[in-house]
Amino acid sequence: MSVQTIRNVFSVETGYRLSDDQIVNHFPNHYELTRKDLMVKNIKRYRKELEKEGSPLAEKDESGKYLYLDFVPVTYMLPADYNLFVEEFRKSPSSTWIMKPCGKAQGKGIFLINKLSQIKKWSRDSKTSSFMTQSTKEAYVISLYINNPLLIGGRKFDLRLYVLVSTYRPLRCYMYKLGFCRFCTVKYTPSTSELDNMFVHLTNVAIQKHGEDYNHIHGGKWTVNNLRLYLESTRGKEVTSKLFDEIHWIIVQSLKAVAPVMNNDKHCFECYGYDIIIDDKLKPWLIEVNASPSLTSSTANDRILKYNLINDTLNIAVPNGEIPDCKWNKSPPKEVLGNYEILYDEELAQGDGADRELRSRPGQSLGPKGSRLRDAGRTVLTTWK
Amino acid sequence: MLQEESDLSLIIAQIVQKLKGSNLYAQLERQAWASLQRPEIKLESLKEDIKEFFKISGWEKKLQNAVYSELSVFPLPSHPAAPPEHLKEPLVYMRKAQGSWEKRILKSLNSMCTELSIPLARKRPVGEQKELLNKWNEMGTDEPDLSLFRPVYAPKDFLEVLINLRNPNYENGDSLSFRTHLGLIQVPLKVKDIPELKEFFVELGLTTGQLGIDDSTQVPPELFENEHVRIGQKVLTEQDSAAAQQYVRQGSPTALRAELWALILNISSHPEDILYYEQLKTNVIQHDLLVDSLIYKDVKLTASNDDYYFVFEDYLYQVLLCFSRDTSVLSHFAYNSASPPKSYIRGKLGLEEYAVFYPPNGVIPFHGFSMYVAPLCFLYHEPSKLYQIFREMYVRFFFRLHSISSHPSGIVSLCLLFETLLQTYLPQLFYHLREIGAQPLRISFKWMVRAFSGYLATDQLLLLWDRILGYNSLEILAVLAAAVFAFRAVNLMEVTSLAAAEAVLADLSTLKVMPLLQIFLFATVT
Repeated sequence: MSVQTIRNVFSVETGYRLSDDQIVNHFPNHYELTRKDLMVKNIKRYRKELEKEGSPLAEKDESGKYLYLDFVPVTYMLPADYNLFVEEFRKSPSSTWIMKPCGKAQGKGIFLINKLSQIKKWSRDSKTSSFMTQSTKEAYVISLYINNPLLIGGRKFDLRLYVLVSTYRPLRCYMYKLGFCRFCTVKYTPSTSELDNMFVHLTNVAIQKHGEDYNHIHGGKWTVNNLRLYLESTRGKEVTSKLFDEIHWIIVQSLKAVAPVMNNDKHCFECYGYDIIIDDKLKPWLIEVNASPSLTSSTANDRILKYNLINDTLNIAVPNGEIPDCKWNKSPPKEVLGNYEILYDEELAQGDGADRELRSRPGQSLGPKGSRLRDAGRTVLTTWK
Repeated sequence: MLQEESDLSLIIAQIVQKLKGSNLYAQLERQAWASLQRPEIKLESLKEDIKEFFKISGWEKKLQNAVYSELSVFPLPSHPAAPPEHLKEPLVYMRKAQGSWEKRILKSLNSMCTELSIPLARKRPVGEQKELLNKWNEMGTDEPDLSLFRPVYAPKDFLEVLINLRNPNYENGDSLSFRTHLGLIQVPLKVKDIPELKEFFVELGLTTGQLGIDDSTQVPPELFENEHVRIGQKVLTEQDSAAAQQYVRQGSPTALRAELWALILNISSHPEDILYYEQLKTNVIQHDLLVDSLIYKDVKLTASNDDYYFVFEDYLYQVLLCFSRDTSVLSHFAYNSASPPKSYIRGKLGLEEYAVFYPPNGVIPFHGFSMYVAPLCFLYHEPSKLYQIFREMYVRFFFRLHSISSHPSGIVSLCLLFETLLQTYLPQLFYHLREIGAQPLRISFKWMVRAFSGYLATDQLLLLWDRILGYNSLEILAVLAAAVFAFRAVNLMEVTSLAAAEAVLADLSTLKVMPLLQIFLFATVT
């Protein structure tokens, strides 16, 4: 189902009720995670809550940055947070910021700025219309642009990872092993003269495929395994494993952040497309989450990947290929996972510690893995509960 | 006994002679002089003390590594009165064949040159030089019009030459018998059979741990992997080339591979090496060679379209363009059956004083040449180191894959080894394929010439190249080719045409190299 249909299905007006044997592929309020502004709002709220609870996860360092929860670049909503943004901008005036419309996809409407004058439009409006609420179509988020992305072969790339969530409470999510990297066709340069060149900065295939050097055979895509091999060979195993562990951590934390507000309708499952950028210090950043990741394919390998993705997703969401019953416990047997692996299972994590399989290889059942990340010697096993 | 001793002293003398001209000699001399300041060096026992000092400070290890490196390409012992051509290639008919093949290539290159009226080499105007310098890191974009260029030759052209190789002294009679070799290669060279291969590749046996098999997710790492990694780190701290070579026979952990290969190839990045690379880069900027366009075309045709290597396109230009100007590569022709092609300054054809080697490094690239460099980009991202590693790999191994020689690692022997293994251990399959006009070598030749680069998944390829370095031999390529055929034998028995056979073997990217090799060598009932 498309997002529009979902909106209709779950809207109060239509009074439509899903029967027990109907399962749909979106959660009713998925936009809490997939709209850029709401995602940031939820994550900020989650962080504050943890801080209030005094949870060790919300620990900050000397400069006030979260140690474990700093995975979204500094973001403000426009026009609402305009003044806050200006304050932040003035602190580091040589920084670049990226403007993204909240409700659009495929890189549409995105541009980069490095001067306040470039977004005068939003400042003017916010001054004159303090009572007027902007329609959601014109809302933008502005984030600190990561202008030091990790470059391979001199090019910027981002990671697209697929995450399937079958239920939010208890949180059960699966990560698809075959994610991919999308490369820009043009060499990266942070120079200000190229700020307008979307082929340098935006990795969306929808944009890159119009570039001069776009190649239809490989489509500018690398598998995550290639990335892993490259990083292990050139940077070493420990930092690579740490990077991938951090990526898993980010995904789970983002899901946990929206879990309380998500309408955990038992008729729903959802497969998200996570976009992650790695900077040159090998720190991963969550850019956004997509509710309807593109399932069209740009190359032959792509088609095989997407086909398998759909196949494995449906195998997990709908057991045994039979008519579904939404009352089932949503615990698929291991064999049907296909190329998915369990990312986090709240039920398992809350179970007895002895049940956990602490496999030393990354990529195995990751529930208790969070404890490996935090080597500060704390009793961090509790953080996953 | 005496003969051996005098052989040994001859070898030692030759190596010493070679090393005397090297950087290492100068460094050792400097170190020796500097060590005189140290308190432990006493005049009475000067020689022993300095030796002891070298041992402790690690300089002895460096010297050992250098000697080991020289030995690995040292020609097989030969008669002291043998002329230099014999060191290149002892068999006359092979030399002749190589010579005529070279003439053909050069003719093809020259005719392309005249057709397109492009000079073989020209100096770039200053404006163009500046432009190239700016574009140095992204030569992949805006390339010149290459549509008129074609590769000088492709592997299948070379295969035809090899098929027609005959030893004029060998008469195998016209009658077919069980001993008749059914394959395409009809020269009598000695190749190993499986018992000999089992002995040679003993570390690949079933009872020895391997990376590529015993590091898969089902096997707990305590069983083999952890210990292996620990030993690897120890080898690196000791900086011992010979130990590293022995170590990678069981595979190299991904994180240690870059350093281990550099150790085995005896590459260390001194400022002089980086300077040398920069010098080559300047040469590229100042002069334009016809082979540059050939390199461009090759990269665009092969690596740019490859799922794994397209990212590194620009590195490939940076390495290959410099490579073709590197005259130090000429020294490997002493043990290569090939000879560098000569060209003459315009208007002075035939006059020896005006002859130059063209290209300056004597190596004319063919279709697929850039694939030798591509996998190395996964290990080294610093251009001058990448360059050095590639150059060393070329002068030790890759050159054998496209020159006609009788060396056991030469392409002719590899082809013969492949065909013999297939005929001896899979006779039914071989016969069937021959009957339908699908001679197996026609399919596997391109794999071997490229050392499987571009055909296997990169992580598998690197495991395979680990073993090439470890055993200092390319024979494993032939064994792997045979193992692949053995693996897909059932499907191959059902095909009825060459095209169908090609289709069965078109996609090797899912193969796991080490299990295939192990099964073929050690677990097949013979």
